[in-house]
Amino acid sequence: MDNISAIEISGLDLWYGDFHALKNIRAGFRERIITAIIGPSGCGKSTLLRVLNRMNDLVEGVRMSGHVLMKQEDIIGEAVDVTGLRKKVGMVFQRPNPFPLSIYENIVFGPRIHANMRRHELDDIVEKSLRSVLLWEELKDKLNRSALDLSLEQKQRLCIARLTAVKPDILLMDEPCSTLDPQSTQRIEELMRELKKDYTIIIVTHNMQQAARISDETGFMLLGELIEFGPTEHVFTSPDDRRTEDYITGRYG
Amino acid sequence: MERFFDEELKNLHKDILKMAVMAQEAIFRSVEALQSRDRGEAQGVIDTDDKVDELELEIDERCIDLIARHQPMAGDLRFITTGMKINAELERIADLAVDISQRVLELADKPVLKPLIDIPKLSVIAQDMVRDAIDSFIEKDVDLAKKTVFSDQEADNLRNLVQDELINDYMAKDPSSAPRAVPLLLIARHLERICDHATNIAEDVIYMVKGKVIKHHSGELS
Repeated sequence: MDNISAIEISGLDLWYGDFHALKNIRAGFRERIITAIIGPSGCGKSTLLRVLNRMNDLVEGVRMSGHVLMKQEDIIGEAVDVTGLRKKVGMVFQRPNPFPLSIYENIVFGPRIHANMRRHELDDIVEKSLRSVLLWEELKDKLNRSALDLSLEQKQRLCIARLTAVKPDILLMDEPCSTLDPQSTQRIEELMRELKKDYTIIIVTHNMQQAARISDETGFMLLGELIEFGPTEHVFTSPDDRRTEDYITGRYG
Repeated sequence: MERFFDEELKNLHKDILKMAVMAQEAIFRSVEALQSRDRGEAQGVIDTDDKVDELELEIDERCIDLIARHQPMAGDLRFITTGMKINAELERIADLAVDISQRVLELADKPVLKPLIDIPKLSVIAQDMVRDAIDSFIEKDVDLAKKTVFSDQEADNLRNLVQDELINDYMAKDPSSAPRAVPLLLIARHLERICDHATNIAEDVIYMVKGKVIKHHSGELS
């Protein structure tokens, strides 16, 4: 597992107004593995995730300093093409949020924005994307149905397919299973294992067992600091920092 | 923050200590039986072993139950998995005390072959090692655990000494001594195996405390 870094973060600080939400973060997220970020509510884990596709830009009064390198390019700074960045770095949210359009239109929405494509090219993308999330067999005859009629799990898969349709490098997942039942959660986790063959996945989760089950590396955050970062088996069996130990054994938070 | 889970871990700890006391008592009584050629005492060790086996199963079930219900992590996980292993080592130690007792019964109605010198020394080392291993578990004392691991060499040397003496000075010279020499040889072997189990316990304790596996790499101990 000597994958190269997909993201290199150094000296990253972030403020919401006066609130220092991320403090001197330093981390390397390796390519084509699943990295989990865990920590109590308000520790900064979602903020860190949102730095990676510049979603925090939408928050008023946000300031950042430091470096976040993706393929040698620093994504912090005014000059960055944020739309281009978000094509490369897609995000899956807690509550699946398909557009109120057909299944087909949900998937071709992104590709249409980024390139002028013919119908057969779009058809091809729809099939590939739905196959990538193991939905093709289920939905191939229902592509014109509204995405809003799907089950929660199907909606979440569709949202992931919508991302893979624009061929990103990185998938960010913010509590992607927290609204799903255990069976659906298990199936999404299996999907994530499949997806990591092609994508770098970073997941924020409150569910420690989930982090332990699916991730290759884990970062523990507390009060805006990245306390510990390393191989998941190490973090969950012999963490180096007392605070990590207290959190994952339920003594804190 | 005190957790409900902590109470259950404390109970598990108590049961492992109970198991340790039973195993230590079994060794002590079997060694006493050997030295005093006491059949009753030897039989007592054999009869008590069922209780040790019962407690072993109980502890095992409890550990599995704790893992299933609490999905422990980090130090909790290391404590429970180490507890399971120590439990198994203690059960084996008690079995070896039974083996010694059976040899004592075999020897009891035969004339004494020789005064016992090195076997009692080996039995002291074995009892000390088991005590130290258990204490290192109770106190989470890595230094004491390391000391236990190092003591194993002494036990091996002493076992070899006993073996050489019994083979060369007795069995080779007078084959008719074998029925009395072989049980003694086996007793030395049983005691040396007890030391190996104490070593395993000590290695498990080091993993439990430090999260570092030293098994099969005891060169990395220092």
